[in-house]
Amino acid sequence: MSGLPLTSASPAGDAPFRDVATAHAPFRLGRLILWVAIVLVAVDFAWIVAHNENFGWPVVAAYFFNPTVISGLYVSLGLTVVAMALGTVLGLGLAIARMSKDRLATSFAALFIWFFRGTPLLVQLIFWYNLSTLFPQLSIAIPFGPTLASWDTNSVITPMTAAIVGLALNEAAYMAEIIRGGLLSVDRGQTETAEAFGMTRARALWRIIIPQAMRSIVPPTGNQLISMIKATSLVSVIAMADLLYSVQSIYNRTFEIVPMLLVAVIWYLLITSILNVGQSYIEAYYGRSDRRTGAAEKPVLAGAAVQEASH
Amino acid sequence: MNAVQSMNPLVQARDVHKSFDELEVLKGIDLDIMPGEVVVILGPSGSGKSTLLRCINHLEAINKGFIAVDGQQIGYRLRNGQLEKLSANGIARQRRNIGMVFQQFNLYPHMTVLQNIIEAPVGIHGESRQEATQNALKLLERVGLSEKAASYPRQLSGGQQQRVAIARALAIKPKLMLFDEPTSALDPELVGEVLATMRDLAKQGLTMIVVTHEIGFAREAADRVVFMDGGKIVEMGAPEDVIGNPQHPRTKAFLSRFL
Repeated sequence: MSGLPLTSASPAGDAPFRDVATAHAPFRLGRLILWVAIVLVAVDFAWIVAHNENFGWPVVAAYFFNPTVISGLYVSLGLTVVAMALGTVLGLGLAIARMSKDRLATSFAALFIWFFRGTPLLVQLIFWYNLSTLFPQLSIAIPFGPTLASWDTNSVITPMTAAIVGLALNEAAYMAEIIRGGLLSVDRGQTETAEAFGMTRARALWRIIIPQAMRSIVPPTGNQLISMIKATSLVSVIAMADLLYSVQSIYNRTFEIVPMLLVAVIWYLLITSILNVGQSYIEAYYGRSDRRTGAAEKPVLAGAAVQEASH
Repeated sequence: MNAVQSMNPLVQARDVHKSFDELEVLKGIDLDIMPGEVVVILGPSGSGKSTLLRCINHLEAINKGFIAVDGQQIGYRLRNGQLEKLSANGIARQRRNIGMVFQQFNLYPHMTVLQNIIEAPVGIHGESRQEATQNALKLLERVGLSEKAASYPRQLSGGQQQRVAIARALAIKPKLMLFDEPTSALDPELVGEVLATMRDLAKQGLTMIVVTHEIGFAREAADRVVFMDGGKIVEMGAPEDVIGNPQHPRTKAFLSRFL
C-alpha cells in the first residue's frame, strides 16, 4: 500500500553477480602467530622432558620390553578382555531382565545394579579375594536341604578368579545400564513390526533391536573398556601380577620409581590408542546405513581397508 | 470384486471391546471378513479403526469379546476346556501368516531393501536364502523398485519405502494383509504410487483390511466399506451404498468433508 516495491528492486540496490566458486578464505595473521607460539612451547616442553635426567629415559628404554613387564602387560590385557566379555554378556542379560515385564527379573536386576554400582570396585575386589574368611566352604546345595557338592573356598578363589569375578560383576552393572539405554533408544515401532511379523522375542532382539541399539551402545562401551584397562591396575592390591604390579615389583628392587611408572604409562597409552582406532572402525560399521550414498561408498571403504592392510 | 471362495470367514470379530485405562476405544465390534475380500475401514480420527486393526493381530489385547483369524482365536488357546492366554512365542506363531503395513513404514533401517524383505521368509518361515531372494526380487519388480534392492531405507523416498514395506509383507505369502493408514505419512504426490500398488493387490484376490482416509481408494478397490465412529461400526456395505448413498448422519457428515 505504501511505496515499498516488492517485485522490482531498484537497479542501484542490485548486488553485482560474483560467483562464490571464486571466493577464498581470508588470511588470518593472528591464528598463524598463535599456531607458531603453541608449537614452540610444545616443542620446548618435549625437549626439556627428553633431556631431563630425572625421567631416566635410558632406564625406560631398558625395561620397556622387560619379560616381567611384558608378562604383566599380558595379564592386564587378558583380564580386561575376559572381564569385559563376561561383563558385557552379563550386562546384556541384566538389561533385558530390567526391561522385562516380569517382577522377579526386574527386581533382581535392579538389586544387582544397585549393589555393584554403589560400592567401590577396590572394596569389591578385596571382598572377593578374602571370601574364605566369610565362607570357608562353597557348596552346591538344595536350600535348607542336603549338600550336593562342596569345595574349599581358598582352592576356588585365587587372585586370578577373584580379579575376574570382581571386575566382571562390577562391569556388568555398568554395562547393563549402557545396554538398557541403547535398547530404549530404538524406535518402538521396530519392536512392534518384528512382533507383527511373528518373530519371537529373542529373534526380534537379536536381529532387529540390538543391531540398531549398537550405535548408541558402542561409544560408552569404548569408554568402559578404557576404564577397565586402567581398573585392572587395582588388582595389584590382591597380589595379581598385572602391568602396574610388575613395574612396582621392579622399582621395589631398583628404586627407579619414575622411569618404571613411565614404562607403565606409555604401555597404557599405547593400548588405549589402539582401542580408539578400533572403536572408530566399529562406529563406522554400525553407522553404515546412515549414509545417503551407501551403495557408492562401499567399494571406497573396502579400498581404504586394503590400503591400510598393505602398509 | 472377487468371488467368495468359501463360506467360512477368514476374520471373525464378535462383541470386541477395548479400553486404554479409562478410555473405551472399541465398544462392541462385530465384523466378519471373507477370504479374498477387500474391506476398507473409514472413520474420523479417534473412531477406533486403527485400534481394531491392531487387535486383529493381537498387537493390542482386547478386553472382552472374541477375534479369530483363519479359525484360530488370536492370543488364546483352549486347554482342558478353559481359555488360556498364549505365551508371546505362541502369539508370534499365530501371526506368521498375517502381513502388516504401517503408517510410518517401519522398515528395518540397518538392513538393505533386500534384507528387509527376506528377513521373515528366511528367519521365520524357513525358506532357503536363494528361494527367498528370488521371490523378493520378483516382489520388488511388482512394486516397481527392482533397482533398489541394495539400497538402505534411508536412501529412499517415503513412497518407495512404503512400497518396500508392502513387498516385505507380501514376502511371507500372507493369508491376510492389514494396512494401517499406509498413505497418511506420505507427501501428497507420493500417495498415488502406493495406492496403485494396493489396487493391484486387491485385484489379485488378496484378503485385505485397509484403514485409510483415501475415499477414492475405498470407492474403487473395496468390496465392502466399514464406517466407524466413536468405537462402533455405524454403517457397512458396498462402496456405492456407503460412500455413494450414506444413510447415517455421521457418515454423511464425515463424507461431506471430502466432496
